[in-house]
Amino acid sequence: MAQAAIELIGINKSFGAVRANRDINLEVARGTIHGIVGENGAGKSTLMSILYGFYQADSGEIRVGGKPVAINTSNDAIALGIGMVHQHFMLVDNFTVLENVILGAENDPLLKSSIAKARSELDRLEREYGLEVDPDAVIEELPVGLQQRVEILKALYRGAEILILDEPTGVLTPAEADHLFRILKQLKDQGKTIVLITHKLREIMAITDTVSVMRQGTMVATRVTKQTTVGELAELMVGRRVLLRVEKGQSEAGAIKLSVKNLTVKDSRGVTMVDNVSFDVRGGEIVGIAGVAGNGQSELLEAISGIRHAVSGEVMLDGKPIDLTGKADPGELRDRGLAHVPEDRHHVGLVLAFEENENSILGYHDDERYLKGLFLNVDAIMADAKDKIEKYDIRPGNPRLKTANFSGGNQQKIVLAREMEQDPGVLIVGQPTRGVDVGAIEFIHKRLIAMRDQGKAVLVVSVELDEIRSLSDRILVMFAGRVVGERGPEATEGELGLLMAGVEHQEAAE
Amino acid sequence: MSTPYAKLPAWADYGLIPLINLSVAFIVAGLVVVLVGENPFRAAVILVEGAFGKGTGIAFTLFYATTFIFTGLSVAVAAHCSLFNIGTEGQAYIGGLGIALVCLSLDSTLPWWLLFPLAIVASAAFGALWGFIPAYLQAKRGSHIVITTIMFNFIAASTMVYLLVGLLKPAGSQAPQTRNFVGGAELPKLNWVIELFGAKIRSAPLNICFLLALVMAFLVWLLIWRTKLGYEMRTYGHSPKAARYAGISETRIVLTAMMISGALAGMMALNPVMGDQHNVAIDFVSGAGYVGIAVALMGRLHPVGIVLAAILFGMLYQGGAELSFEMPSITRDMIVIIQGLVILFAGALEHMFRPYIQAIFASFSPKSVGMEAIKGKGA
Repeated sequence: MAQAAIELIGINKSFGAVRANRDINLEVARGTIHGIVGENGAGKSTLMSILYGFYQADSGEIRVGGKPVAINTSNDAIALGIGMVHQHFMLVDNFTVLENVILGAENDPLLKSSIAKARSELDRLEREYGLEVDPDAVIEELPVGLQQRVEILKALYRGAEILILDEPTGVLTPAEADHLFRILKQLKDQGKTIVLITHKLREIMAITDTVSVMRQGTMVATRVTKQTTVGELAELMVGRRVLLRVEKGQSEAGAIKLSVKNLTVKDSRGVTMVDNVSFDVRGGEIVGIAGVAGNGQSELLEAISGIRHAVSGEVMLDGKPIDLTGKADPGELRDRGLAHVPEDRHHVGLVLAFEENENSILGYHDDERYLKGLFLNVDAIMADAKDKIEKYDIRPGNPRLKTANFSGGNQQKIVLAREMEQDPGVLIVGQPTRGVDVGAIEFIHKRLIAMRDQGKAVLVVSVELDEIRSLSDRILVMFAGRVVGERGPEATEGELGLLMAGVEHQEAAE
Repeated sequence: MSTPYAKLPAWADYGLIPLINLSVAFIVAGLVVVLVGENPFRAAVILVEGAFGKGTGIAFTLFYATTFIFTGLSVAVAAHCSLFNIGTEGQAYIGGLGIALVCLSLDSTLPWWLLFPLAIVASAAFGALWGFIPAYLQAKRGSHIVITTIMFNFIAASTMVYLLVGLLKPAGSQAPQTRNFVGGAELPKLNWVIELFGAKIRSAPLNICFLLALVMAFLVWLLIWRTKLGYEMRTYGHSPKAARYAGISETRIVLTAMMISGALAGMMALNPVMGDQHNVAIDFVSGAGYVGIAVALMGRLHPVGIVLAAILFGMLYQGGAELSFEMPSITRDMIVIIQGLVILFAGALEHMFRPYIQAIFASFSPKSVGMEAIKGKGA
């Protein structure tokens, strides 16, 4: 076995009484790709933040290249050759690639020599690793896949020998993800060491050499990737057997509940985000909309749910039109039986500073059940919140707790409980399981299918192809604001991936 | 997991931290006193004794506190809707105009208990109107409320000067103020309550507006945490996107919150105008609106905290006046500096010591902080 690039020995880290990492031991061999998997809150990010100097461990030792080191700031980490590519890019949107790359590494006041040096250095990196990016392009004009490349370039420019990637494929198309993996393999061949944090087990299987599994702050196992299976890893992550694919019966599609015709939506800058989209959703079926983030799915959901005004088109709810161009009011749509689980639960679906019970009525706070005249009926709201906590197994089961203190999966359950318990005719769901752990994913998927089996019309938008494929009875693919194809649930990932990437655009549009 | 510092227990959050901030403010103020060559400890004694030592002092302290409770509540109501109302000063000034109109026309005909409710309505309505205009401009035209409310303070001041040297001034008078109100426009004093406890009061302006302020504090608590409107205001205040999602109209909620805020500011004028001066004079608000910002911040936007913070500032005003009287080298300007330091440490730098205190707490007893978070981890 090659010499270890990084060794973590007995790492402990607590936040108050929360033990985010306990006695973690990890050894990453030089020149390998090492995966770290685990549910949200398992402590992966904390561990990597310790390695990158964002947090300091309470106890334990870090060795880089065999030598014990103290990493107190990210500058220390960079000096030791550790680079990090964050899940949320740390780029300045209106800077060019070059300017972003030298940010924090400028060494003359006029930047002239820094820029010249960076240009030649980027040139070399591009040639060596196949990381092509136009150095003069402005970040906000680049697709996310390229933005991520800039992040990698940034790390390499600072001389990183060890690269940590945190959930790198969340925002990529399958094709972009493949390209990223090719780059990672190339980096590995050149002797770099890569730590890949992800919750996608397939990626682990595809690209890593070894994999470590974390659960509730501890490192439960390390395996050689070739000698393990997806099933085993999932079980290690959750601590019990998990259904990776929900079981569901045949759908019995009924009458059209939601009908979208020639819908066009522009964003605030006047760019057309949804372009002449038409489709129907019937009672008793789940229609999934696949697509890479940013291809108009968000705007489509927002328009249907009355949050965003549409430019033209027609949306019918139970055969009656929704006023889209005038004053569509989300409250009125709720009364008409349209429930909406928004993509962004942190800013839209929930008020994180509120107590759980206050969030359990958000949007339905006009409902007589929750009111006594002008006043909130606190007793009724609490009873209702407790009831939902029970039914949806929301943990911790304390309706007075601040919503920000719930985990992602439980926050999502708060939103789902609120929307589903109103017994809506149509449920539209954006990113049902984004940032949600494996155990809760299973629960949420079962609930969505139960809704379908009750004859509700369910529209799901997700960037997770697996999710779309396992939930949907019909799959629509969006690319550049248009629906570029419709497939059944048996469609292969490759087929959908091509549609999502805009290839076959002509044929698919028919 | 994003915040390295866990939550503090409530007593530390609402008691310990303000106390530490206040102590630091007084230590720095003490240094200033040393600089001008006076004994800071004697100054502190004079300040506290001046505010609470005698019945008259207590009455004055509470009189000032009354004013600050109104302005503090006004700022807090807007702040819960994430609107930074800097226009409390102007709204109070215009509120005084409402009172003037009611009192000038009815003070000789109505008894105080009929005139007072009318004046409350008038002051609130005029204040609300002055809050409504910037709110409308923000909701409909996108003008930033901080800028417009500041500008409206100047407009209010100029308007009042125009009226007080012209239309509202009695003919032949040299003073830029209305005629003195008579009869019904003089509110009953509350000094007898303090005298019940055996203290002597020579003459002090403490009046029933103090009780009105306490009632308003309770009503604001009800509004914010127990009504649908308050729920909607808080939702919008924390996340405008969530409010949109929940079907809460931005225009309606911004207008309503600012009008309530303006009404509370306007009611502040009742205290000095009907309770003390019995006329409306130029610049009678004299900065109470800006103090309200500090009071609201220091009171953590909660009515109970605001009442306590208002009493503290009342003490600084009253005790400060005594101090500059007793120690001539400490001028009025010095008192303003001390008040400014309290505002600085208690308001603006409110969170300066928080991380250290949290770290201390976390190292002492991990159980007291962030217990809730651990249960939230496993899904």
